[in-house]
Amino acid sequence: MDYDRKDIDIAWCPGCGDFAILKILKDALTELNISPENSVLVSGIGQAAKLPHYLNCNFFNGLHGRALPPATAIKVCNPNLNVMVVSGDGDVYGEGGNHFIHTIRRNPNISVIVCNNMVYGLTKGQASPTSLKDYKTSVQTHGVTNEPFNPLAIAISQDASFVARAFCGDALQTKEIFKKAITHKGFSLVDVFQPCVTFNKVNTYPWFKQNTYYLEDSYIPNNRVKAFERAIETEKLPLGVFYINSDKVTFEETEANAEKSRLNVFERRQNRKEKLENIIQSLK
Amino acid sequence: MLKNNDISVVIVGEAGQGVETASDIIVKVFKMAGYNVFSCKEYMSRVRGGVNSSTIRISSGAISSYVDKIDFLVMLSPNLTGHLEKRITEETSILYDEAFKNPSLDKYKTFAMPLSSEAANAGGKIFLNVVAIGIIFGIFNIEMKLIEEYIRNIFSDKPEDVIQKNIQAVQSGYELGKNFINNNGLSVNVQKDELVADKILASANEAVALGCIAGGCDFIASYPMSPSTAVFTYLAEKSDGFNIIVEQAEDEIAGMNMGLGAWYAGSRAMVSTSGGGFALMIEGVSLAGMIESPMVIHLAQRPGPATGLPTRTEQGDLNLALYSGHGEFPRIILTPGTPEDAFCLAQNAFNLADKFQVPVFIFTDQYGLESYSLCKPFDANKTEIKDFIVKTDQNYQRYKLTDDGISPRGIPVHGDGLVKLDSDEHDEDSHITEDLDLRVKMVDKRLKKFDLIKKEIYEPELLGNDSYKTLLIGWGSTCNGIKEALCHLNNPDIAFLYFKQVYPLSEKTLAYLEKAKNTVCFENNATGQFANLIRQETGFTIHHKILKYNGLPFSVEELVNKIQDLI
Repeated sequence: MDYDRKDIDIAWCPGCGDFAILKILKDALTELNISPENSVLVSGIGQAAKLPHYLNCNFFNGLHGRALPPATAIKVCNPNLNVMVVSGDGDVYGEGGNHFIHTIRRNPNISVIVCNNMVYGLTKGQASPTSLKDYKTSVQTHGVTNEPFNPLAIAISQDASFVARAFCGDALQTKEIFKKAITHKGFSLVDVFQPCVTFNKVNTYPWFKQNTYYLEDSYIPNNRVKAFERAIETEKLPLGVFYINSDKVTFEETEANAEKSRLNVFERRQNRKEKLENIIQSLK
Repeated sequence: MLKNNDISVVIVGEAGQGVETASDIIVKVFKMAGYNVFSCKEYMSRVRGGVNSSTIRISSGAISSYVDKIDFLVMLSPNLTGHLEKRITEETSILYDEAFKNPSLDKYKTFAMPLSSEAANAGGKIFLNVVAIGIIFGIFNIEMKLIEEYIRNIFSDKPEDVIQKNIQAVQSGYELGKNFINNNGLSVNVQKDELVADKILASANEAVALGCIAGGCDFIASYPMSPSTAVFTYLAEKSDGFNIIVEQAEDEIAGMNMGLGAWYAGSRAMVSTSGGGFALMIEGVSLAGMIESPMVIHLAQRPGPATGLPTRTEQGDLNLALYSGHGEFPRIILTPGTPEDAFCLAQNAFNLADKFQVPVFIFTDQYGLESYSLCKPFDANKTEIKDFIVKTDQNYQRYKLTDDGISPRGIPVHGDGLVKLDSDEHDEDSHITEDLDLRVKMVDKRLKKFDLIKKEIYEPELLGNDSYKTLLIGWGSTCNGIKEALCHLNNPDIAFLYFKQVYPLSEKTLAYLEKAKNTVCFENNATGQFANLIRQETGFTIHHKILKYNGLPFSVEELVNKIQDLI
């Protein structure tokens, strides 16, 4: 079985950055030899959140903003699965902001790919949490006044175990970052810059090209303070792997029943009767 | 009506003085000594101070509900609340600490006792509640050996001097209690009951939690909220022994969505919450409806709206659950009224959820959850854990259209197929669709499950004479009180119909109602939500709704009086 789905009608606009992300993700998974049967893609709602429909694999396309809680639960209930979240900036950082913070704290071994186009696409062009200041929309008619959400800085401040940023216009580098994130043990965040060709006339392909650069080869992503400094740069936005903390135990490992939760789910609830009977008798 | 072979003791004190601990010890020792016993509590939403009380009944016959009457009121602190004062009559003996003066008590029958000085003798004011325990055992002349044994048992991990101090405190209270009875020419005449030995002493908290374990629950993600927290902490306490994954979610939204993820991965998940927390979960209930995921929701009710009365009781969330979630999809609402039913229904909730792929509610409330009563030992063997998960093949389709509406449910890596779930309207292969003919087929398929669910309903139980003229109706925690009131009334024209499942409503309901000349529905809410549901489902208008919504349960006396007024 491979990840290709034939003859499908894709709902994205022609030229959408999501096409590139879909292809890059498919290539990364194929190169990593992770089978579709063993992969679960979890998404919320939004244009990016439709991505699991265009891959041939298990998926849980849930509610807006709610991709991370089921993804965490799926991983802890069956740690052998490769669990990934693919969703948008509005979904993960806006509607699901609280889950974003607390999933970093929990550190399940899942990869979170956020297609960040700095705009709401599916609802037709309103500001997203990552929209830049002064960006005008049908709601923010005088321009965005809120400080843009900085997912990398938030993640690094919470000692997230893997934090990276990519640009979908660079397939090769993005694929390598995806592969590192997927194989990393622990919570991994890849914020992917992705132009919205229909609604975002500011942050376009050329804009991202001009306003981003790769972290230098000599940069070692093991220092949290230095990573934070790079994450809050604004003049030009760095790309690459900002921070890795490989020492953290995962949620599945810290869960009191970690070893048991690795059992087949059917085995896990066997042989309860005797213990249960003892408890009931103790109430006599 | 209630005689001196049926005694009601109330302990009152501030939060932090150990009223609840005292009450728990008292009921357990009475049970061990062979007495019928019952307890319930009412308390303020604060950690220190205020006025909290526990009502403990000790009786020659079986009892399992709250009464207003107080025979002995033991006060650990000087103050009472309005609702407690209303319960004091000339039959009430108030035992209070001579160290405090409260002139407002002078109008009552009071007995001053050296409670705090005896506590100080034992080692400090933290022993005040232990002295109170001793007083009650002294009044009932419980064997001291049994009490000592129990204290040694519960403090077994404490140093010997701590145990000794507790025993000293209980002994000094014991003498006070005995002297009080003897010096005042009083007597209690409660007989032991040999049937007590085979029974268990349990609250619905334990019953629901143990039922969930028996039902195969192996995942719970929740957010603490009174009065739902005890089920959550009970499962956490037992999690290692039963391989249960327990997570405190960042909010109820996460808890519910984690639960759905867990079912998807093959677990049997639940959430435990109260009205306000459940309000946050509701979008997830709708998701369960759409993705046809099983889910078990323990909804422990308390008075609303909003924060309401956080520590008190109400049955106000039936409509909330009934209509929770946008869109149309089936659900099951179970409303156990006794610990035995709470256990059985919680256990089977997981099978029902799994079989029909729907959300199943277990409804409780503060009063039912936190009342201790005697009942038959729970029978875990009555229901087997039945998994309805299928092994998938390469052509597996999660939403295959079938005759009965149930599409076999697969989970990832169990078979060769892929398992896909989608919150959008979807085709049989779970992909987003805007084929509107298919939309209709999918809606019909989901709703078709209702017909199957109705075949596996918990029918209402009729208590009393089949040829009734007046039919009393109740659901959930009002059950035991109404049963006891029925016994007191001893009138062959009155019967009680107890609903342990309110939705879908039994199709036999109408026949029961039409047989009666007079129907009376008792509910702990202000609008009669269940009576209204009955009218909606059957067209039958209940004659009388007796509603209570001050945050306290119905008392047996209150029920008897209300029923007598109506016949």
